[in-house]
Amino acid sequence: MLYINCPHCGMRSQNEFSYGGDASVKRPELNKEVSDQEWDNFVYNRKSLRGKHLELWQHISGCRQWIKVERDTATHEIFRTFKADEEFA
Amino acid sequence: MQKYSIFNLVKNAFSNHENWDLAWKDPTPKEEYDVVIIGGGGHGLATAYYLAKEHNITKVAIIEKGWIGGGNVGRNTTIIRSNYMHDENGLFSEFGMDLWRKMSQDLNYNVMFSPRGIINLAHSDAQMNAYARRGNSMRLNGIDAVLLNREQVKEIIPMADFSENVRFPIFGGLMQPSAGTARHDAVAWGYARQADSMGVDIIQNCEVIGFDVSAGKINGIRTSRGNIKAKKVGLCVAGSTNILAEKLNMTLPIETHLLQACVSEPVKPVLDNVVTFGAGHFYVSQSDKGEMVMGGDLDGYNSYAQRGNLPTLQHVLTEGIAMMPFLSKLKMLRTWGGIMDMSMDGSPIIDKTHIEGLYLNCGWCYGGFKATPASGWTFAHTIAQDRVHELNAGYSLNRFSTGHLIDEKGLGTKTWIS
Repeated sequence: MLYINCPHCGMRSQNEFSYGGDASVKRPELNKEVSDQEWDNFVYNRKSLRGKHLELWQHISGCRQWIKVERDTATHEIFRTFKADEEFA
Repeated sequence: MQKYSIFNLVKNAFSNHENWDLAWKDPTPKEEYDVVIIGGGGHGLATAYYLAKEHNITKVAIIEKGWIGGGNVGRNTTIIRSNYMHDENGLFSEFGMDLWRKMSQDLNYNVMFSPRGIINLAHSDAQMNAYARRGNSMRLNGIDAVLLNREQVKEIIPMADFSENVRFPIFGGLMQPSAGTARHDAVAWGYARQADSMGVDIIQNCEVIGFDVSAGKINGIRTSRGNIKAKKVGLCVAGSTNILAEKLNMTLPIETHLLQACVSEPVKPVLDNVVTFGAGHFYVSQSDKGEMVMGGDLDGYNSYAQRGNLPTLQHVLTEGIAMMPFLSKLKMLRTWGGIMDMSMDGSPIIDKTHIEGLYLNCGWCYGGFKATPASGWTFAHTIAQDRVHELNAGYSLNRFSTGHLIDEKGLGTKTWIS
């Protein structure tokens, strides 16, 4: 069982959350020429490495907000959580 | 190589079975090979076998970080089927079904292939219509498919919940009678033994730490047991695909996720077929030992843990109990997890890459085991001929750019969603 510290609600079990994938992926900027490769990288291509992974979760059975979680994909240790619009270092 | 037969069994009985040959050798890596296959799982071993058998390429090494057959080929629910709607998947898998039927004789190793049939249950009229469509697509591709109504399903699996007032009543199902199961470890060992006998070096406890690429061409690999030169290198590493891709500066349409399975205590024969729940993701069959073998959804977030989390197991087994209430009486014997190479459309990739001499085999999602022979056969062809076979032409790496996705389940890029 993962325990995720929702920045809005506090520590909750993973049962309340739904996963949203890699949070480091950035949509290509609007009003700019976008190459096929850039679209591929946004839509399909993922690093998905072993170790620290920044990802989106939605607190679907709680405040329903999207949040960012920094988690280790091998040990499942959760290091930090952020609000969806918070920048991370 | 000693042939496995009743005569050799009797003969060796007189010496207390102490004089059998080793099934495969434990060679030290040579300096150079024609082909190096990375990953000593089912697909890698099958690839080496078909390279030797079909293409007469025997200067081949299999490089395995741990021990052969210790990954997903030893961690699956052993289901073999070809009940796909799309041509690419259907024709590829049905080609594999033929290889499965001949495998025990072909490998001189009893893989216990048991074509006991698979039934996908339907729980609504709409789902029956969808199954009728899929069944028709299968039959057009020469795959056997039978649409069963509620009464016919009840005759085959009376232990399922056929009461009226359930959340997901059984309307019927789609059956592929020729589908089944096989002894998963025997598949790996059978391929390994034959490949070894034809001259393939099976090198275990040897981790790949880098690649030697120059001018867009692969020259070899760097391993924990020294550098190995190779004209061609095939990647067959399932859940470790992303890790090796990073060493090649490649980013692939693959995410690594964890899939669990479990078995109950053994009970007397009760279930003859493989049965899947249609209102969620759960499947069950009964092993020859009597255990109920069960599986379902991914854990649902990127993972290399090779060990599952309980909320997913609870979710999966809740579906199982809804489908077959008697399962709730059984004790759980073992659970385990393996890491899957989830592709972005749910279908695999068997292709060349932008690096000359480097070939890619990944993206097997939930269905790697049943694909073992067809994957090995087509990957061997792709490596040996340096071009894809028509059977794996659809499984190209660039289909994500060109839009020719093979999205069997209609899940889009989030194949890990449950």
